Amino acid sequence: MIGPSDIPTLPRGVRLHYDKVRETWVLLAPERAITLDAVGHAILSEVDGARSFAQITAGLAQKYNAPAEEIARDSAGFLGALRDRRFLDVSR
Amino acid sequence: MTPPPPIAMLAELTHRCPLSCPYCSNPLELARIDAELDTGTWARVFQEAAELGVLQLHLSGGEPASRRDLAELVRAARDAGLYTNLITSGIGLSQRRLQELDAAGLDHVQLSLQGTDAEMADEIGGYRGGFARKMQVAQWIAEIGFPLTLNAVLHRRNLHQLPRALEMAQEMGARRIEVATVQFHGWAMKNRDALMPTREQAAEATRIVGEARAALKGRLVIDYVPADYHGDYPKRCMGGWGTTGLNVAPDGQVLPCHAAQTIPHLSFENVQDRSLAEIWHNGAAFNAYRGTDWMQEPCSSCERKTVDFGGCRCQAMALAGDPAATDPVCVKSPHHGALQARAQGHAATEGATLTYRDAPPKTAREPAE
Repeated sequence: MIGPSDIPTLPRGVRLHYDKVRETWVLLAPERAITLDAVGHAILSEVDGARSFAQITAGLAQKYNAPAEEIARDSAGFLGALRDRRFLDVSR
Repeated sequence: MTPPPPIAMLAELTHRCPLSCPYCSNPLELARIDAELDTGTWARVFQEAAELGVLQLHLSGGEPASRRDLAELVRAARDAGLYTNLITSGIGLSQRRLQELDAAGLDHVQLSLQGTDAEMADEIGGYRGGFARKMQVAQWIAEIGFPLTLNAVLHRRNLHQLPRALEMAQEMGARRIEVATVQFHGWAMKNRDALMPTREQAAEATRIVGEARAALKGRLVIDYVPADYHGDYPKRCMGGWGTTGLNVAPDGQVLPCHAAQTIPHLSFENVQDRSLAEIWHNGAAFNAYRGTDWMQEPCSSCERKTVDFGGCRCQAMALAGDPAATDPVCVKSPHHGALQARAQGHAATEGATLTYRDAPPKTAREPAE
């Protein structure tokens, strides 16, 4: 499970891309393209390799005026699934 | 019906290759060297692909490093907005060329593995010294920091090396390994007696992959292509014909899959004559097996018909003599029992030698007298 002080990073070879044909954001990764919904795109847009998970989710909670615990729970699930597929690195 | 845009394009830049693997997925009739598309034409095709909706570009061959303009092609693909994946044996890549590819923006490398030691790898690849060079290339890839997938191609002769291949992927720093049991098309069809895994080997590989997936979760992702002939249901080939991906052959012919030329009644169009979008949307070969209207029984009333789309059309052609038949891998195919018996027979054949793939001709052959 991703902890509050953990710092998520998109590793080399994984990047956000706006798909003009399908009019949606996707995450491009080795031999994969993952369609992102608005929530997924919002979370990954905050991942900059510098800020911690707690800082990211607090920022999102403020930006979208939503409960921080709920944001943290959803984000942890989403980012954890990306980490399991090696699309995200997490440093402690 | 308008087909969805394709996600992936396989660009077979050349059929030249220093290796001559007996399971090569290139067609038996290889594209001539003097018919290969030039740099500018490929760059245009990459632009057209991106405009059509392609996100992932797989630069393949043959050996793509046999193209001197590889770095230029990578740059053109990145300029078009494509994610670039190099599918290579590593042979022909120097440290300097890899640095050029890095500078050109190459996103990812998929490195093939013919065996986990020189004895096996060089025999299967038909190229002495190939394994040692591949290991050197793997080290350079790690130094530059390219994301790496190791692609271990497995068959009866080397399936026992699967545990070592999983270790090697970790040692090389690969994020992913593709454990690919040989698919029997083209050149591999000539080598079924030598390469067909036994049922026991296929089951053992499935067990090893399952255990490794659990043990290596979050460290190494394992994609697994199980032994086809020993299965009960066919593969959803190409994600469904004409739905997800397309191939461009070295001479510019556009194919729904790399083996599509084995279906004799199909005709293919060329990027030199028509745009990729026109070919994708209206090309006869693409529309031939799109959707489910072409199906016959037992596919047409099957509850799995939109799960696997009846399996592989080329395999139906090769094994049942009808490209619209159910893939004989399926338990519902009338040919299924015979196929399993044949698979057992191939797997039990002793002493079969390897038939290596040919080199592509340079120019058109002289007409026969």
